[in-house]
Amino acid sequence: MTHKSPNQNGFLVRNHDGHPAALTPAYKSSVTRSPTKPLLSFPGSMGEQTGPVFGHDMLGPLDKDLILNFAQPGEMALGPRIIVRGRVLDQTGRPVPNCLIEVWQANAGGRYRHKNEAYLAPLDPNFGGCGRMITDENGAYEFRTVTPGPYPWPNGMADWRPAHIHFSLMGQAFSQRLITQMYFEGDPMIWQCPIVGSIDDTEAIKSLVASLDMAEAVPMDARVYKFDIVLRGRRQTFFENRWEGL
Amino acid sequence: MSQKLLRETSSQTAGPYVHIGCTPNFAEMSGVYDEDLGAKMKTGPIKGEEITITGQVFDGTGMAIRDAMIEIWQADADGGFALTESNFTGWGRCPTDMETGQFQFDTVKPGQVPYMDGRLQAPHITVWIVARGINLGLHTRLYFDDEAKANAADPILTKIEHRNRVPTLIAKKQSSGSYLFDIHLQGEHETIFFDM
Repeated sequence: MTHKSPNQNGFLVRNHDGHPAALTPAYKSSVTRSPTKPLLSFPGSMGEQTGPVFGHDMLGPLDKDLILNFAQPGEMALGPRIIVRGRVLDQTGRPVPNCLIEVWQANAGGRYRHKNEAYLAPLDPNFGGCGRMITDENGAYEFRTVTPGPYPWPNGMADWRPAHIHFSLMGQAFSQRLITQMYFEGDPMIWQCPIVGSIDDTEAIKSLVASLDMAEAVPMDARVYKFDIVLRGRRQTFFENRWEGL
Repeated sequence: MSQKLLRETSSQTAGPYVHIGCTPNFAEMSGVYDEDLGAKMKTGPIKGEEITITGQVFDGTGMAIRDAMIEIWQADADGGFALTESNFTGWGRCPTDMETGQFQFDTVKPGQVPYMDGRLQAPHITVWIVARGINLGLHTRLYFDDEAKANAADPILTKIEHRNRVPTLIAKKQSSGSYLFDIHLQGEHETIFFDM
């Protein structure tokens, strides 16, 4: 791991309109875990405007293959095979290269491999549910997995999560750090979910829905879903952020 | 020239199983990654005062939450972020313990870093918190209570209107090289969270 040069402009002010509010009572866990006081706004400095950078050599060959990376030799994870691919851009439309992406998900039956998981659906002995990759110079990424199943969760008595994959994006600075979830085109459960509904903006929700791209499908193997992600962009001006000595 | 900007992708909660993706070995899923990223900040001998930071994240009922993940990012002892050949990564990631809710970072005390106007900031660490029930990752800063003089001149600490909340950003020295930094999501001691 190396460090980024601090000689960078600051970030565009975060627009909170497309983000969920901290307190969204229909998602019950937010009630006791949401700060009640306003966020304090300050221009950041190097600690916010830089971040760790990860080298491609850190990755193992199967890190982006969830069908194989937990499977026994000669075995594969069970479920509809898919490839998820897309680009990470910043708000100015520039690609974000060298961005570490970590993903995690339930198996095809909707069960997570986690000791706190209580859903009765079975584990798949050949599926772990984690993957990671680093974007290339064009901000592009892809990974292979199986479609996660929907599952019931302890919120309302009949709340089910839509099928989803969690994404963690490191960006190039702590100011860009983002965790989100990707949903699947055409899933009716998206519009009934209190976690999705924490976002009070239909267009913003739609940007979390990956589109099915059958033209890219691998014949007799895997369908393809496309999912692009936008991180905060840097300001363009040169006339500020004069670091000491510059 | 005005420019049409794309909108930042919406955040969604990290959920209760963030460990699967970010710290799978901690989640007892071994064999996929050699080690969890961010578990070690020091990879060899390093310059500066080695310190340990521990704490818990409390919810609005006063309970320590046991499914959070904390990340920190900081300068080295010389106040630098840009060193490429060093035994210090500057970046740490720690899930809160599934029983006690404790997190711990073994790191080095950061040096002073200039603010954008050139003034030196007090030694501090950038902190980011996610968990089930947190819809957008929370940014805060950790300062040190044995840096009173630097804290009194810090460009951000000195600008905070509610002086009674400033202590929520300051780690308390427990013993030599050991600091306590509890994070309160709500309540009387609600931590100051930043929009930076």
